[in-house]
Amino acid sequence: MAAVATLDGIALGFGAGPGRALVLEHLDLALEAGQFVAVVGASGVGKSSLLRVLAGLIGPTAGRVALAGAPSRQRRPIGLVFQEARLLPWRRVLANVELGLEGLALPRAERTRRAGAALELVGLADYAERWPYQLSGGQRQRVGLARALAVDPDLLLLDEPFGALDAITRASLQDELLRVWERTGRTVLFVTHDIAEAVYLADRVVLLAGRPASLAGSWTVDRRPRDRGSIELLEVAEAIRRQLARSMPPTDRAPEYQI
Amino acid sequence: MTVGGDPAAAASGPALGTVGRLLPPLGGLVGFFGLWEALARAGLVAETLLPAPSGLPAAWLSELRGGYWGDAVIGSLSHYLSGLVLGSGLGLALGVACGLITGLETTLSWVVRVLRPIPGLAWVPFAIIWFGISPVAVTFIIGIAVFWINYFAALGAVRAVERDLIEVAQAFGHGALWGRLRKVVLPAALPGMLSGVRTGLGQAWMAVVAAELFGIPGIGARMMQAASLLATDLVVVYMLTMALLYGITDTLFELVRRRALAWQP
Repeated sequence: MAAVATLDGIALGFGAGPGRALVLEHLDLALEAGQFVAVVGASGVGKSSLLRVLAGLIGPTAGRVALAGAPSRQRRPIGLVFQEARLLPWRRVLANVELGLEGLALPRAERTRRAGAALELVGLADYAERWPYQLSGGQRQRVGLARALAVDPDLLLLDEPFGALDAITRASLQDELLRVWERTGRTVLFVTHDIAEAVYLADRVVLLAGRPASLAGSWTVDRRPRDRGSIELLEVAEAIRRQLARSMPPTDRAPEYQI
Repeated sequence: MTVGGDPAAAASGPALGTVGRLLPPLGGLVGFFGLWEALARAGLVAETLLPAPSGLPAAWLSELRGGYWGDAVIGSLSHYLSGLVLGSGLGLALGVACGLITGLETTLSWVVRVLRPIPGLAWVPFAIIWFGISPVAVTFIIGIAVFWINYFAALGAVRAVERDLIEVAQAFGHGALWGRLRKVVLPAALPGMLSGVRTGLGQAWMAVVAAELFGIPGIGARMMQAASLLATDLVVVYMLTMALLYGITDTLFELVRRRALAWQP
C-alpha cells in the first residue's frame, strides 16, 4: 500500500545551545493509505509534538516529513482534531466547520455544502445554527471532527480527542469515529495515552517512549468489528503495557496505565 | 401562624417582573427631585444658587424655541462623535498592533509612560495653538481623552487571546498575519475592546463639556454663557441634557454590543 505520509529520521529539539532539550530523535514512521494508526505513550513524552510536526505546525530540527497527496486549492492535506474541541466561540457551528474551507478556492455555496455534509457525517446537521456554548462536550468534539473532515484531508490527525470526556461519551464517540473512518476511508493518526482506547480503535498501535523519544514498538490488531473486552485486545494491550514499563526509566514507573 | 410564610407575597415577587425591578430606582429619582424642590421652595437658598426643578421645563422650552438648545446639542454631538470615533479608532488600532508585535510595544513603552498620565484637558493650550478655536480642537481633546482607554483595552484583549485558538487558525490555513488577525485575534479580542470603547463613551462626554468651555459652540459653551449671566436654571437644563445624551448613547451602544456578542452565554 502507498504511504500517505512518511516521517524520516525526525528529530525535534526546543531551545538552542548546550541547554537544548531533544524531545524526539531518530523517528521513522510511515502511514499507509486508509490505515488507522494509534500512537500511545506516557504524558509529556512527545506524542503531541510528533503530531504537530506531521501537521506542519512545528518544523523538525532534523529529518523529513513527506506527504503524498498532490497540492490542491480545493482541499487541505491534513485535518486536525484537538483534545479540547477548540471551536471558535463567536462562530455558529456551521461557520466553525467552514473555517478550514475559507482559504480555499471554493465558491461560498460549495463551502456551505461541504461543511453541511461534514456535520451530517457526525450526526449534527440539526445543530448548524447553534452557538458552541449551547453544545455538550461530546457534541463540541464532534463539531471539531467535522471541521477536520470538511477540508477533505488525506490524513486525519487526532490529539487525544476524547481525553477530556466522561467514559460513556468517550465510548460512544470512539464508535462514531470508527463509523466515520469506515465510511470515508481516511488515513488516521490517533494520539492517546489510553492503551485500551488505542487497541480498540487502531489497525496498528505504535509506542512512543524514551527521552528523547522514538518508536519503541509496533503492534497490529486485525479483526473488526471488535469487542472491547475480547481476549485478543487484552493480550495486545498487556504486551504494550509491558513494553512501556520496560522502556521507562525506573523513577517514572507508576501504575498509571492499567486497563 | 407563620408556617410556610405568605404564599401571596412569594408569588408576587417574580410576577412583578420588570415593573417590580424598575420601581425602587424610579422612586429614588422622584425622591431626589422632590427633596431638591423642597429645598428650593423653603427659601433657604437663593434661587440663582439652586434653581427649583419645577422651573426647568419652562427654561428648557424657551431655550428650545430660541433654537439654542438644538444648536448646542447638534454641535456637541458632532464633536463627541468625531472625537470618539477618531480617538477610539486610533487607540484600538495602536493597541492591537502593540498586542501583536512585541517589539513595537517594547519600543513604545516609555513613550506611553510619558504621555499617558497627561489628561486630555492639559492639551487645551496646544489644541488652541494648533487648531485655533475650532471644532477640530475639541475633536482633538476628546480624542486624546478616549485614546488611552482604548489603547490599553485593545492591548490587554489581544494579549489575552488564547494561544490554542491561534494554533487552530494555523492548522486550518490561516497562519499568516492577516488571516490570524481576521479569523481569530480580532473576534476573540472584541469583547475586551468593546468594553474599552464603552468606558470611553462616558469619558468623552466629560471632555466635550470641558473642551467647549473655551468657546466652541456646544453644550459646554452654552453652559458657560448661561453661568456668566447667572441663569443657573439653564445650566441645570444643560447638565440634565448631558445626562440624557449619555444615557442614550450608552443604551444604544449596549444594544449594538449585545448583538455583536450574541455568541457569549
